[in-house]
Amino acid sequence: MKRSTKERIINWVLFSVMLIVAFFMLVPFFWMFSTSLKAVGEVFEYPPRWIPSTFHWENYKRVWTVVPFGRYLLNSLIVSGSITILHLIVASMSAYAFSRLSFPGRDKLFLLYLATLMVPGQVTMIPNFILIKIFGWTDTYIGLILPNVFTAFGVFLLRQFFMTIPKDYEDAARIDGASRFYVFSRIVVPLSLPAVSTLAIFTFVFQWNNLLWPLIVVSKDYMKTITIGLASFQGMYGTSWNLLMAAAVIGILPSVIAFLIGQRYLIKGITLTGLKG
Amino acid sequence: MTLKGKETAAAWFFLLPGFIGFCIFVFGAVVISLGLSFLEWDMLTQPKFVGLQNYLRLITQDKTFHLVLKNTVIFVLGTVPARLFLGLIFALALVRNIPARAFFRAAIFLPVIIPTVAAAMVFRWIFNADFGLLNEFLYNVGISNLPRWLSQPKWALMAIIILSVWKDVGFSTVLFMAGLQGIPSSLYEAAWLDGANRWKSFVHITLPLLSPTTFFVIVINVISSFQIFDQAYVLTGGGPGNATNTIVYYIYNNAFQWFRMGYASAVAWLLFAIIFIATFIQFRYQKKWVYYE
Repeated sequence: MKRSTKERIINWVLFSVMLIVAFFMLVPFFWMFSTSLKAVGEVFEYPPRWIPSTFHWENYKRVWTVVPFGRYLLNSLIVSGSITILHLIVASMSAYAFSRLSFPGRDKLFLLYLATLMVPGQVTMIPNFILIKIFGWTDTYIGLILPNVFTAFGVFLLRQFFMTIPKDYEDAARIDGASRFYVFSRIVVPLSLPAVSTLAIFTFVFQWNNLLWPLIVVSKDYMKTITIGLASFQGMYGTSWNLLMAAAVIGILPSVIAFLIGQRYLIKGITLTGLKG
Repeated sequence: MTLKGKETAAAWFFLLPGFIGFCIFVFGAVVISLGLSFLEWDMLTQPKFVGLQNYLRLITQDKTFHLVLKNTVIFVLGTVPARLFLGLIFALALVRNIPARAFFRAAIFLPVIIPTVAAAMVFRWIFNADFGLLNEFLYNVGISNLPRWLSQPKWALMAIIILSVWKDVGFSTVLFMAGLQGIPSSLYEAAWLDGANRWKSFVHITLPLLSPTTFFVIVINVISSFQIFDQAYVLTGGGPGNATNTIVYYIYNNAFQWFRMGYASAVAWLLFAIIFIATFIQFRYQKKWVYYE
């Protein structure tokens, strides 16, 4: 058999296998959406019905009015957005100092930053909670945001990237009288846009999905983020599967939409950085 | 000011915002956490110094800790090889020019980005013993003795493993795809001309050249699996009994349900030690199998 024919056959075999894989990957999404539109009686019907006989869109309305999901989503947006912006500022400035400037103790300090990458978040979580409590920042945005801004991963990632930018650009601008901050904000950061945007996406997604930290600093309903909002909704409506699934759909929708728009970029970013949040 | 002094000053201008935060929320927190682990403290009464007591109790007496440790290790051993194996297979298929490739990649990767909480809610429904989709499927393929997934200890941990593999296999897949795409195709051509078959090329070219990626995938999967919490929190609440209680869940309960801050900190440091040792061992043995050009 010709080699190319063989390749084609293999590709079609693999295609069939991947079709089954894709089925198993997507069926939970389909099932979630299908259940979310069912009437209570239909949820427990046997055999299960793939497509609801009538679409009960009012399940969504009910979920949305019983629990302030709009507020939860807004909180998540504010918290994840602020963490992302602050982390980008802090990480890029630190990375600039570590990659472009020389000062006594630089390498040792960088190593210290790097070492913190090995420390699991659960170690710092308890002292940070105590600190937030002392400052009276539980149930506040600042309490949700501030301790999550400082992670060494972004510093490390951006430093690696900044080092690949030729120093000539910077020297030329400096000779023309540009300040270091100008060089940093107008030359180095714009030239690093792929790395900066990857870091932004990751930070945002990771924080949007964060459960543990909001869980410990938030107790008031109006400060809940979407993750703990979903978890507590499950606590209240343990077996109202249609409502639970409607809530879950609300919970994943922003991520799914963002993914469908930016998936090419996101996957490229993972390849580039090799790290999940 | 000298030129050098000027540069140092500039460096600190850039470093300072981050440095202050790091000193408080990272470096400071690590030191305080270590200090806390030698205390007995409920955040209300006066803290009491107990030396190594917390650690000794955890290691020698605390049966629950031994159980959560065992659960977590089983979870790691269950998820990491599955994610590795499936991730590699999926990647091998997806780097080829198969039809609908972009769709498959999206399907496999989609679960990675959604909140674990939402994924776990759906799986709680799918795993439902009486009306769940999974048991329905198993029944239809002829299995009559259906597991009660979330209420039987041996199956509950399995359920969490299945959810976690489903959720994050796409991440390993994407990393493997990147690794595979980095292998020059000229090598395969040369091997083919030399008469090597597919299996031989896979064993002698793909696997060795992919080994740095494989190593990386294992290391990060092991680290993240040891920190499992969300899945257990939503899917089982750690139950039945303590069957799906994990190390991080135990830290959470100790610190934020029972307010044993010192004890919880000691657990966190043991987790740190476990992750550190697991990672160290992997780095130590990478020379034996990881191929760097």
